[in-house]
Amino acid sequence: MTTTTTPPSGAPAAPSAEESTGALLLRGMRTNMRQYGMLVALAFLVVLFQIWSDGTLLLPSNVSNLIQQNGYILILAIGMMIVIIAGHIDLSVGSLVAFVGAMSAVMMVRHDLPWVLALVLSLLIGAVAGAWQGFFIAYVGIPSFIVTLAGMLLFRGLTQIVLEGQSLSPFPDGFQNIAKGFVPEMGPYTQYHNPTLVIGLATVAFLVLREWRGRKQQLAYDLDVPPTGLWVAKLVAVGAAVIAFTLTLASFHGVPVVLLIMCGLLIGLGYVMRHAVVGRHVYALGGNKAAAKLSGVKDKRVTFLIFVNMGVLAALAGCVYAARLNAGTPQAGLNFELEAIAASFIGGASMSGGVGTVMGAVIGGLVLGVLNNGMSLVNIGTDYQQVIKGLVLLAAVGFDVWNKRRVGR
Amino acid sequence: MSGPVLEMRGITKTFPGVKALCDVRLTVGAGEIHAICGENGAGKSTLMKILSGVHQHGSYDGEIRFEGRRAAFKDIRDGERHGIVIIHQELALVPYLSIAENIFLGNERSSRGFIDWNDTLRRASALLKRVGLREKPGTAVADIGVGKQQLVEIAKALAKEVKLLILDEPTAALNDEDSAGLLDLILELRDQGIACIMISHKLNEIRAVADSVTILRDGRTIETLTVRQTPSSTPRLSEDRIIRGMVGRDLDRRFPERTPYEGEDAGSLALSVRGWTVRHPVDHQRKVVDDVSLTVRRGEIVGIAGLMGAGRTELAMSVFGRSYGQYVAGTVAVGGREVSTKTVPAAVAAGIAYVTEDRKRYGLNLIDDINRNISLPSLPGMRRGGTGLFGGFGGLAGFVDAHHERAVAERYRRTMNIKAPTVFEQVGRLSGGNQQKVVLSKWIHADPEVLILDEPTRGIDVGAKYEIYTVIDRLAAAGKAVLFISSELPELLGMCDRIYTMAEGRLTGEVDRADATQELLMRHMTRNRS
Repeated sequence: MTTTTTPPSGAPAAPSAEESTGALLLRGMRTNMRQYGMLVALAFLVVLFQIWSDGTLLLPSNVSNLIQQNGYILILAIGMMIVIIAGHIDLSVGSLVAFVGAMSAVMMVRHDLPWVLALVLSLLIGAVAGAWQGFFIAYVGIPSFIVTLAGMLLFRGLTQIVLEGQSLSPFPDGFQNIAKGFVPEMGPYTQYHNPTLVIGLATVAFLVLREWRGRKQQLAYDLDVPPTGLWVAKLVAVGAAVIAFTLTLASFHGVPVVLLIMCGLLIGLGYVMRHAVVGRHVYALGGNKAAAKLSGVKDKRVTFLIFVNMGVLAALAGCVYAARLNAGTPQAGLNFELEAIAASFIGGASMSGGVGTVMGAVIGGLVLGVLNNGMSLVNIGTDYQQVIKGLVLLAAVGFDVWNKRRVGR
Repeated sequence: MSGPVLEMRGITKTFPGVKALCDVRLTVGAGEIHAICGENGAGKSTLMKILSGVHQHGSYDGEIRFEGRRAAFKDIRDGERHGIVIIHQELALVPYLSIAENIFLGNERSSRGFIDWNDTLRRASALLKRVGLREKPGTAVADIGVGKQQLVEIAKALAKEVKLLILDEPTAALNDEDSAGLLDLILELRDQGIACIMISHKLNEIRAVADSVTILRDGRTIETLTVRQTPSSTPRLSEDRIIRGMVGRDLDRRFPERTPYEGEDAGSLALSVRGWTVRHPVDHQRKVVDDVSLTVRRGEIVGIAGLMGAGRTELAMSVFGRSYGQYVAGTVAVGGREVSTKTVPAAVAAGIAYVTEDRKRYGLNLIDDINRNISLPSLPGMRRGGTGLFGGFGGLAGFVDAHHERAVAERYRRTMNIKAPTVFEQVGRLSGGNQQKVVLSKWIHADPEVLILDEPTRGIDVGAKYEIYTVIDRLAAAGKAVLFISSELPELLGMCDRIYTMAEGRLTGEVDRADATQELLMRHMTRNRS
């Protein structure tokens, strides 16, 4: 037997030299091109409509309005993004929004249930609806497109049955506040809304603290960290943006309740997708299902949970929408699933799964929201609005495909 | 026999980073059955792809002369127009179309753009008679067995007025009866003047039907041997002679020095598989793994040799969480204790890891980074604050300690010498060798007792191979049990303490390192049931 110790290869290649700040920045941008691209596009749209609408877009009252107008779509987009990352799709969310809205109306208007109880029951209905679809997708193995297409018809029909074709209203004030309310004013009179200022400052403090702790831990583990200058610049930019946003809101009625809900979801689910075992399993399933299964990922259970989550979020969006309309109506939520899917793809999802972030879904949703709001402000008709939104979706994904091909795989 | 129908001369084909074929020549006489032999990766399939036009003219060097004229095929249809048809190992039939539709797929009997069904059915019936298949032309292909599907493929080739038929492992998926029928048909076609090139691992079949055999090794033509003088005479060539041609190379690869494991439990049983039997996932009649029993001790590297289709991967994958086929019988014990390997998580919990032969399909999430690929099987163990509050829910709850995870990935990047600027590099952008190191890291970090490595050096260059060998040795020296599946005999001879051989789903031999030679292994590997 020939056994020698002569390695045929040369010395191992030295690890790459220190990258310059610029190169580091560029590489980070390129790996997440669509999301950064959309952030730039979002900023561009804001500036464009701000000028075009003679400063109306960023008026504190309009910013509040914009958030409340788009809250439910953003909630749906967050759930949809997770579904798409896992390599599935959910066409039923629009109908589920209507169904849950109808059920909440039945509970509160017909049966006079307290609104908190009705809200909890509504979310539970959403979870059951999600579990129903998740069961067929994960454990029976019917493609999600089919199951949720069936769900789309099913929940729409149930809505009409429950409402007997009528709208039901009005809701208690507490329930309406979910969509229309603001964090109540407290403390002495200032020019601004006090709790909003506190929330804003707390957010900045939280972000700085988190970044600082993360950096400290990375250093403790002896890992490479971005250069100090770049890090500080990033913190300052983020901080400034949060403060500007806070001041805008604080000079109107303050933080809308919907914004709190959304931020909670964004932070919570964003964290789960990045750091929780289950979140990482979602990415693994979407990226390569066969490899994930052979790595011990419980594909069925994870898929099931994704749809339960989507069901709960659709229910939440349903309540918000019903509260905003102050009625449960049979026609609620029409085409919401398409808006949510479009937001996900604009925000960086991939048709084949495995890619995307919760933040991306929110950015995608905001792009659509600013487009909607801005175009209305400058009196572009809904006919042209649809054409433009269609083109934006095409352009966003087209740009990403082109960019990937250019960089080369 | 007149002059040669086909001459391939000086064929050289390079893929990025690999020279697949180097100055290969092949001459096939008119009306001859010509077998091509060689180990996996010897270049047989590449050569056939060049001949049939899959690799278009210009993407390789060298000259092909077919029926005396220079052939320069643009694509596979161009090749077929000249009468060269290839039938791949995986049949290219559309399951839900009828036999007749499949036969004329891409070659439809039509007038002015509309299919002439009468002509189609009439011709299909005639062709089915010619290949001896008694099925109605309207039957869906999904409703007939694999053996009959193979005949439909040949009918399809005949419909294209084939002059040279290329068969890639035609009997690999067939039972003995269907195989015999197919070989008879090939003989019949030869008598009708159709030449045939047959790639096969089954030496008894080659002896039974071939007129001559060309042996390829490492992308080169080694020799062309005459099997029989006239079509009807008895074969003069022995199987041993063919085997010598297939393996006859010097041990030119280098292997690192083994460090023996010296723990207290050295030599104790780590893995023991008893009576493992698995059926094919679709064709329930076929036993893909048949009553296999084997053992691996702590600190031992045990090889499994076998040719394509021998059932090695199928054995490994079904032991690892029943990830292949339909389980029939068998038990697995790790460290002397019987364990359940019904699901992948159960197998991992029992201390088994399986490193796949197809890393792109089964091993990696190519669109994700090194960091996350390495941590995937170990995520539950990387949770912050241990199990605690989030311990329940089947390990799904809880949050990953990202810094710990990254530190782990960085450690493997260094110790395994994964060539990438950071652990956040997309795995799909790495070279094959570096991808393989990521897969190995992933499973080494899961800290199993038993590692099943399936073709761990496939498709990677010599330098990276040496690094992989070193890693495997280190694992054994640390007391792990390694089951090493490979198609490269020198690699098994250089690395293993013991080698099992498999053929047609059964264990056909067990050879100690001291007694092992390539010839002996090859003899066990080509032993058929018939």
